[in-house]
Amino acid sequence: MGKERVAVVGIGQTHHTAVRGDVSIAGMVREAAQRALDDAQMTWADIDAVVIGKAPDFFEGVMMPELYLADALGAVGKPMFRVHTAGSVGGSTAIVAQDLVASGVHRRVLTVAFEKQSESEAMWALSLPLPFQPPMHAGAGGYFAPHIRAYMQHSGAPDHIGILVALKDRRNALKNPYAHLHEADITFDSVKDSMMLWDPIRFSETCPSSDGACALVLTDEAGGDACAARGGNPAWVHGTAFRSEPTMFAGRNQVNPRGGNDCAADVYRQAGITDPRREIDVVEMYVPFSWFEPMWLENLLFCEEGQGWRLVEDGVTRMDGDLPVNCSGGVLSSNPIGASGMLRFAEAALQVRGHAGEHQIDGARRALGHAYGGGSQFFAMWVVAADKP
Amino acid sequence: MRDIAVISFAQSPQVRRQPDLNEVEMLMPVVRDALAGAGITKDRVDFVCSASSDYLAGQAFSFVMTLDAVGPWPPISESHVDMDGAWAAYEAWVKMQMGHVDVALVYAYGKSSPGDIRRVLTRQLDPYYLGPLWPDSVSLAALQARCGLDAGSFTKADMAEVAARSRRDAKANAWAQLSGDDDPAELLGRDELVSPLHVHDCPPVTDGAAAVVLAAGDVARELCARPAWIRGIDHRIEPHALGLRDLTRSVSTEQAATAAGVADGPVQLAELHAPFTHQELILRSALGLGDDVVVNPSGGALCANAIMTAGLIRLGEAASRVTAGDADRAVAHATSGPCLQQNLVCVLEGE
Repeated sequence: MGKERVAVVGIGQTHHTAVRGDVSIAGMVREAAQRALDDAQMTWADIDAVVIGKAPDFFEGVMMPELYLADALGAVGKPMFRVHTAGSVGGSTAIVAQDLVASGVHRRVLTVAFEKQSESEAMWALSLPLPFQPPMHAGAGGYFAPHIRAYMQHSGAPDHIGILVALKDRRNALKNPYAHLHEADITFDSVKDSMMLWDPIRFSETCPSSDGACALVLTDEAGGDACAARGGNPAWVHGTAFRSEPTMFAGRNQVNPRGGNDCAADVYRQAGITDPRREIDVVEMYVPFSWFEPMWLENLLFCEEGQGWRLVEDGVTRMDGDLPVNCSGGVLSSNPIGASGMLRFAEAALQVRGHAGEHQIDGARRALGHAYGGGSQFFAMWVVAADKP
Repeated sequence: MRDIAVISFAQSPQVRRQPDLNEVEMLMPVVRDALAGAGITKDRVDFVCSASSDYLAGQAFSFVMTLDAVGPWPPISESHVDMDGAWAAYEAWVKMQMGHVDVALVYAYGKSSPGDIRRVLTRQLDPYYLGPLWPDSVSLAALQARCGLDAGSFTKADMAEVAARSRRDAKANAWAQLSGDDDPAELLGRDELVSPLHVHDCPPVTDGAAAVVLAAGDVARELCARPAWIRGIDHRIEPHALGLRDLTRSVSTEQAATAAGVADGPVQLAELHAPFTHQELILRSALGLGDDVVVNPSGGALCANAIMTAGLIRLGEAASRVTAGDADRAVAHATSGPCLQQNLVCVLEGE
């Protein structure tokens, strides 16, 4: 938190899909940005600065795309800042934008994140060579599958937990018109029978490759008050945090990383939260493979270590449970990678604004947005609420 | 605004080719030296921000492994930009304005030698209309120089004088790659590389790293006898398409300079991130620097131009001269994009 209170007064996103062949990258980011401005009842001229994030540049083959996107995002003559962290980048970008307002440097900031995966080959772009290791893994799933197996072994979680998460998120996505996947006839058995990609991760427990963008308009307290006065229901930022830790370090727990623990504890402290399970109404967490839901429930301090899968099995994280997770359908239903973190932050804000439409949780007052990246080593989080901090 | 200062600066040798060290190995001594210069260890650092490009490393998420250079355990609060390190310093400055961060470490690195940097930089261009034509960075700069020459803004002799002066000044900079005594008339007698540019008008391909430590208020005073206070910092961007811009000016530098308050007092020294000779002349004009201002006493980017790093080095060089008492008020500048598309300006002052 800074000197100035920060409000989310505009939110926009594209309809995420496998191929946005009808627009360029510039057209796609502008679409999300225009929707956020419309929601904020602002024009391009009202914006003081633009913060854009995506990662990595290799996906679309454009180095520093902010240079080419300056005019599409109305940034000419203004400060334009580019954030580039790992899978957490959409969240990091929103935090950098909120810092610009919280610090008093700017009053109204537009922030945008995107990925156009159809212009790339993300699976091989993510098959990174690791030092001193044979090039054995293909795609992020190959990297994370051993973490999941370790989790299952340590926690004793049964095999069907991942299936339950996938089924829940894909069904939630049916209520979100912007979600990439709308699988009306998905069933427990269809998930269970889908192809095993990286044991124990099945095809239907894996995020899709999406084209999409997300944008937010953030303002100072006066901007938030003005939004509230016209019934726009601003979301107020109550805490933000980053944490990072090394990839290759024998002392780290890759299943329940300390960086995620510390980041959550920091953001809860800022928001005055002592019992997150009771005090947070709804969660948007970064779950690219189904099993990360129970793993992150533990990492984000919603339950004891080894107990996350029980919350899933008991239905706690369903929309009718007491801790709904990923009502939007989450990363499992839409994954424009660079935007996925910001979508989590945006969906958390939509919930506390009461603007989430069919996937709205009634009476949601306080929400957590979470993003992670790298080898479960980069974390970005924020807590937003309907009330001022 | 909260008082924030640059209190330490370190860099690696800025060499033509560094094949024997990977990026982490190149950075580790730089981070060590920057922290030692501030008299602190890493546990005193509240925030880390870094800058690099995957297009230099040839690998997606290349910055992930280089985080090892700071030993991020226990986990740290950290961020990364895909812009020059001067913008990483800007992010840290913003973070510090919020009041909870007193010490920040900023580092940047880039190895241009493994690839063909002129072709690599074409990937910065509009991917639909310009990138497929592969116009390389030197050719685009040559277009800009031609515009300036045709407009009568400067002459090729002015440009050669910038090159000769930079190399002469770099003789006092042990980290620089190029230095020496060159006669401008003799330089002009050599062949052109891409007309109107000669080799002396262009930056050397460079591998290098740099780091600065920022500190706030009394912490800065405690750790540094004469902190270089950031009195103003701002950055602006112009349209990408060259046809939309007046290439003989740097409008975004003018805007950033106004916002940073360059004209609010006398400037004694400026470190300008001008990879091409004519760009120094354009920037001097945009910043309103008189002939009495010492420009690029380090030799500037014409003598060492590690991509992603050279702008942060300008900040470090300007700050260290303020700290040393060589200047009371200095300007540091960084640029990004073809033909000075995006520019950052920082005003530094002694106490």
